[in-house]
Amino acid sequence: MTLRVKDLKVYYQTLRGDVHALDGVTFDLADGEIMGLAGESGCGKSTLGKSLIRLDSRMRHVGGSIELDGKDLPIADDDAMVPFRYHEISLIPQYAMSALNPTRKIGRMINELLRARGLRPADIAEELERRLELVGLDTDVLNRFPIELSGGMKQRVVMVMSTLLNPSLLIADEATSALDVSTQRSVAESMVEFRDRGYVKSMVFVTHDISLVYQMADTIMVMYAGRIAEKASTSTIINNPQHPYTQMLISALPEVGSTAEETRLEGIPGTPPGLLHPPTGCRFKDRCPMAFSKCNEQPPLLEIEPGHWAACWKTG
Amino acid sequence: MLELDRVHKVYRVGAFGGGRLRAVRDVSLTVKPGEVVSLIGESGSGKSTIGKMVLGLFRPTSGRITVEGTDITTIKGFAARKEYYRKVQGVFQDPFSCFNPIFKADRVFEMIRSSYFPGVSDADWRDKVLAAVGTVRLDPENVLNKYPHQLSGGQLQRLLIARALLLDIKLLVADEIISMLDASTRIDVLNLLGDLKERGLGILFVTHDLSLGNYVSDTSVILRKGAIAEMGPTLRVFDNPLHPYSRHLLSCVPQLHRTWAEVDAELAANPPEDVTLPTVAEDDDSAPLLEAEEGHFVGIDQG
Ligand SMILES: Nc1ncnc2c1ncn2[C@@H]1O[C@H](COP(=O)(O)OP(=O)(O)OP(=O)(O)O)[C@@H](O)[C@H]1O
Ligand SMILES: Nc1ncnc2c1ncn2[C@@H]1O[C@H](COP(=O)(O)OP(=O)(O)OP(=O)(O)O)[C@@H](O)[C@H]1O
Ligand code: SF4
Ligand SMILES: [Mg+2]
Ligand SMILES: [Mg+2]
Repeated sequence: MTLRVKDLKVYYQTLRGDVHALDGVTFDLADGEIMGLAGESGCGKSTLGKSLIRLDSRMRHVGGSIELDGKDLPIADDDAMVPFRYHEISLIPQYAMSALNPTRKIGRMINELLRARGLRPADIAEELERRLELVGLDTDVLNRFPIELSGGMKQRVVMVMSTLLNPSLLIADEATSALDVSTQRSVAESMVEFRDRGYVKSMVFVTHDISLVYQMADTIMVMYAGRIAEKASTSTIINNPQHPYTQMLISALPEVGSTAEETRLEGIPGTPPGLLHPPTGCRFKDRCPMAFSKCNEQPPLLEIEPGHWAACWKTG
Repeated sequence: MLELDRVHKVYRVGAFGGGRLRAVRDVSLTVKPGEVVSLIGESGSGKSTIGKMVLGLFRPTSGRITVEGTDITTIKGFAARKEYYRKVQGVFQDPFSCFNPIFKADRVFEMIRSSYFPGVSDADWRDKVLAAVGTVRLDPENVLNKYPHQLSGGQLQRLLIARALLLDIKLLVADEIISMLDASTRIDVLNLLGDLKERGLGILFVTHDLSLGNYVSDTSVILRKGAIAEMGPTLRVFDNPLHPYSRHLLSCVPQLHRTWAEVDAELAANPPEDVTLPTVAEDDDSAPLLEAEEGHFVGIDQG
């Protein structure tokens, strides 16, 4: 499976105008690749995930294309997308835990999902048990209502549901962020295992925990204000980032054991620009310590060395 | 200020409430003014349950929770509850459930105003809201006057923190409030908690991010299966974890530049010394603690 996203533009329509949540996003995802997707809150990560599955009524496909194995993905056509969902592409939404139907027991919910996809629950029962075990859940959860589970337990239930049909591409949006580190580790490791065993082929792993992505992803893509800032192999992004935003993002991470008394950490000063009327030129320029006159023009996303992409006038 | 004294919580589960699930077991802890206490522990270990009991959303099955000396189960009636929530507020794990989708997100601010600040003028109120929104590093232009679905997860979560800041609270229950925030914003929120703590606010801080959790916290409490596994000054707990479960948890913290496999290998090469843990009889649901060094406690071994 290979995914090819080209100059994708998806806007939200609001009364005050269009929110340019994805404004020219371009990247490739190779067969078997696990890509971490990072970036400040509100930069469009979830919008990208949703765009690959279903545009809701307020989202508008303004331009660009998505290709899956050479086939154009009809993202603007809800009905034409049906055969792709769950089978080809599956999404674990952010806050999946609040999306579970409160009136259904977990087991019944899973059975309904399977039947809707034309499968007999009995045929899948054994596999379901194995996967629950893999993420550290007791099969007893099948007899419980969502309200009876903790946040992390619900998150893992959704993860198992979304991967049960072995989608080619799995998008996990903050799927481990409500988990304690030990469960997070086992879930992250089982996701790599899902890939290694071929349950899923490629994965986009949206997270704010760059140190978690470091443990499991092959590549990392950093977004800023609706655009791609940089994409490269995990070790390049962590050890040798080129885009000023990535550099600041990585150095803002504390080491284990630092305390407020010793050193007060500082985030990146300033806030990202609003996407209702995004500024022209480089979107990072108001916060960028390296900005110069050229930055009033939009920097193109260029491959600065094989497999390493960056959009900045200083790196090109 | 906040005191939990041998608190237990048993849920009834299953179709007819026939099953029993012990979510919190014999937990005693205190949060003093100006203190941040981190609650750390595996998924399902009872952290949110403790937070919800403190906020009066569930009653403890046994044990006592007191805030400034008052047993919170005795707080009854609309006026008394309203006074309680003037002092004690919570921000929860899943922000979407705190917003009503048919109203604009900033209605949560209006509700605070109508309950607690009916006399404040429009202009003053607006300044107050803008200040609170600014403290959580949101651009008012981007977030005010919007519906919940128009905001990202991190934006909603920060609006809830801003709401809690509008009241001059004494105790904040913060349940995984930083998990959905990016690193840079996390640090801002943590620095903000640090400032609030300087002003005397007590914070019960539920988190799984151990690298940041200890950044602001004075005391750490590690929970396992509803019981305290280890509790003590944060620096001691992190430098010298005593309970096998705490050691395991710390070894799972994802680190930059060190893979899990490397950490495992180091641990295997220098295994830490064993510590004697307190024990209880099979049918005893208490969870005693043993003081291993001053103020640093270890709890029972639950396998
Ligand atoms: N339905 C909508 N209508 C208008 N604007 C929206 C809508 N949904 C999202 N947005 C805006 O689009 C931008 C991108 O949102 P998105 O949810 O993709 O962010 P994100 O990167 O996933 O953030 P987070 O890390 O906080 O989850 C945000 O600025 C958000 O306010
Ligand atoms: N309303 C409820 N009814 C029945 N059982 C519940 C209820 N809420 C929680 N539980 C159970 O109580 C236990 C503790 O749940 P709690 O939500 O306190 O965990 P947590 O430590 O916050 O976990 P997480 O980190 O995953 O959010 C879990 O086993 C959960 O299934
Ligand atoms: S293009 Fe200019 S403003 Fe943008 S990141 Fe590069 S140097 Fe900074
Ligand atoms: Mg998101
Ligand atoms: Mg919880």
